[in-house]
Amino acid sequence: MKRASTRPAQGYNFAYLDEQTKRIIRRTLLKALSIPGHQVPFGGREMPLAYGWGTGGIQVTASIIGPEDTLKVIDQGADDTTNAVSIRRFFEIVTGVATTERAEEANIIQTRHRIPETPLQEGQIIVYQVPQPEPLRKIEPRETETRKMHSYAEYGAMQVALYEDIARFGYIAKTYDYPTLVNARHLMSPSPIPKFDNPKMESSPAIQLFGAGREKRIYAVPPYTSVRSLDFDDHPFEVQKWEQCCALCGSTTSYLDEVITDDNGGHMFVCSDTDFCNTRQREQAQAGEADDSAPPTALAATEIPS
Amino acid sequence: MTALRKLAPRQALLEVSGVSKSYGGQVGCVDVSFAIYPGEVLGVVGESGSGKSTLLACLSGRLAPDAGAIVYDMNDRGPVDILSLSEPERRRLARTDWGIVHQNPRDGLRMDVSAGGNIGERPMAIGARHYGNLRTEAQDWLEKVEIDLARTDDKPRTFSGGMQQRLQIARNLVTKPRLVFMDEPTGGLDVSVQARLLDLLRGLVRELGIAAIIVTHDLAVVRLLADRLMVMQRGRVIEQGLTDQVLDDPHHPYTQLLASSVLQV
Amino acid sequence: MPARMNTSDIRLHARGLSKTFVLHTQGGVHIPVFDGIELKVASGECVCLHGPSGAGKSTLLRSLYANYKPDAGEIRVRHDGTMIDLLMVEPWEVVEIRRRTIGYVSQFLRVIPRVPTLDIVAEPAIVNGVASGEAHAAARTLLSRLRIPERLWSLAPATFSGGEQQRVNIARGFIVDYPVLLLDEPTASLDAANRQTVIELINEAKARGTAIFGIFHDEEVREAVADRLFEVGKQPLRKTRLSATAAEAAARCQPLLLRPVTTSITRRQRNTR
Repeated sequence: MKRASTRPAQGYNFAYLDEQTKRIIRRTLLKALSIPGHQVPFGGREMPLAYGWGTGGIQVTASIIGPEDTLKVIDQGADDTTNAVSIRRFFEIVTGVATTERAEEANIIQTRHRIPETPLQEGQIIVYQVPQPEPLRKIEPRETETRKMHSYAEYGAMQVALYEDIARFGYIAKTYDYPTLVNARHLMSPSPIPKFDNPKMESSPAIQLFGAGREKRIYAVPPYTSVRSLDFDDHPFEVQKWEQCCALCGSTTSYLDEVITDDNGGHMFVCSDTDFCNTRQREQAQAGEADDSAPPTALAATEIPS
Repeated sequence: MTALRKLAPRQALLEVSGVSKSYGGQVGCVDVSFAIYPGEVLGVVGESGSGKSTLLACLSGRLAPDAGAIVYDMNDRGPVDILSLSEPERRRLARTDWGIVHQNPRDGLRMDVSAGGNIGERPMAIGARHYGNLRTEAQDWLEKVEIDLARTDDKPRTFSGGMQQRLQIARNLVTKPRLVFMDEPTGGLDVSVQARLLDLLRGLVRELGIAAIIVTHDLAVVRLLADRLMVMQRGRVIEQGLTDQVLDDPHHPYTQLLASSVLQV
Repeated sequence: MPARMNTSDIRLHARGLSKTFVLHTQGGVHIPVFDGIELKVASGECVCLHGPSGAGKSTLLRSLYANYKPDAGEIRVRHDGTMIDLLMVEPWEVVEIRRRTIGYVSQFLRVIPRVPTLDIVAEPAIVNGVASGEAHAAARTLLSRLRIPERLWSLAPATFSGGEQQRVNIARGFIVDYPVLLLDEPTASLDAANRQTVIELINEAKARGTAIFGIFHDEEVREAVADRLFEVGKQPLRKTRLSATAAEAAARCQPLLLRPVTTSITRRQRNTR
């Protein structure tokens, strides 16, 4: 679970990037923090990883990480999927920092597509990997024009996109990368996290940093900043809900993934946040040992006969 | 003898003085001056390359003239030279108090957005956030421009040319602009559709008291729509006055040629 | 019996009005039409512009509506209690004066295609602020009086006969109670019954105080409505400067000089009958 710090690999600068580059990126981050939600261009470097695998997030993490830090890396909420494992191993090699799967133990969390269920705290930094930093891109292909739209806060077109959803489906059908307005000023893509996680960004005590490697953009949300999800007065923003609870830990408050279990239509819903789920299961097991009369820990998976 | 008196002076909505624009050695428009008053419809005619479109682009803030002043009587600030406005102020003006109807509806509509969404964009841009109200307003406008309400959620790419043009007009007029720029509004349309659009435009302009500047090469269009006419040739205004006066009693040789070249049906 | 001629009641007053056409497309020929026109029309008076065909009567009438632009002189119109020179004001002011003060019934109907007749007739009232329902009711009354069959009201007048189109035009001119009304041969192609209706409409307008100046070829109509004749006729050309080529063009054009000859009072038969 937790891995103590080690000596970094020889032949590389600490955290792979050279100090000048890290300084450039830190300066960019300061600018991004001072204009919450505003995309700041930066001279992105080639990383030993293909674009689309988190090169933006890695550069941000590499620029802010120090030997004393503890790092957690998640991909779709899980610590043990390919992307998370390879990025974590990369930083273990080039920095030797301690790593963890526990959200509350980490002071830097790099993430793809989720925010941990465990509430973030002051002193923590969450680094998002961003494929497309421009929330207006699908509406307006011209970069010159989107820049003006941001500088003049002309966000009517984004609202039109949500209007179209309601006109077509009767509700806002966008479920991830749901557009937000930061500090009542800048329209911001929250990265492709499910809209379930959007409320966690609102006035979060943690620092939120966003890195887009291919598009070479960085943006940020300082602690305790308003991050409002766009909506209509008569169609207010809502997060996903499930009729089921997690098949493993019984949680009714977390974001659930549907997992296909066989070829006969068998499936179950489980927490997407593995750390959250594992911790709950462990606590339930301990409580069960302490008290034999405790109820069964996990509920049966909801199976639909085909 | 009764003393002669002029009518009470009015504040011009748009006052243009000495506007010139050239493209390198190429003349766009030269020393154009005129004023347009609230509720007035001004036609601008001339052959291709006479500077009509350049003038329209300068007036609507899409092109910076080399010289001259364009003073607009803003709702909240009174007369202001629009060239002195910052870009966001100008853009805001262009999508609230002004309307721009393009010759090609593709330039003025979002072809991938439903008719209702197209009409709702301007209200949403200035802060409307109630879906039900937006939709009601959009449908009011669809009725005004005679588009079947069943098409509210259809995309304009499935519309005919005339419907697209009517949708473009609705999209522009929804914020009740005081000044609308129209570039060949009936240009790409069937003759049979033109008449209906002209009647619609005339009715809306009168009903809402909108001032309009209509650039066209079609004299029949200006005769039916414009109170006043400006004739341009090689970038210059060579004759202007009441539409019927200019067309029925033209003084400049070019205007006489233009007026006498119209086919009588 | 002369009509009321109270100078304070003058509603239309042309002074020193001159008009010359310059045809640039025909070698720059100058065609003088009239010169030094003096004309007054008072409230409740109908003056008939009289003269041979082609004498430029329509040109004078159109000039008084500011449709043609005279080269010199004044056209004073009483608008909102003040005399205003039509030739000196801004175009928007002319539009305003035409909307409320001067009505004009031309010989030909010129309207947006495919608009129903009823709407065409009601339009001048609506732009003068009359409620749509009221304007349409007035339009129905006028169309009925002018014997346009009701089944035609919802159709556009493009396919109507010449006489029907002219009656639509007349209805349009009489739906607003203009203080000054200019009529260009309003009865030219009408049958006796409709001619009689137009005569009634004109006399009703006069009774309301409208100052009417018009061209009436039909003697019966003229006798019935005109208080005075404003006589114009052929005069030798004067002040022309024709170039050699222009002279030929001028010969083709048959330019005519329109000048006031006499101002006579007609017998007011209707009133004495």
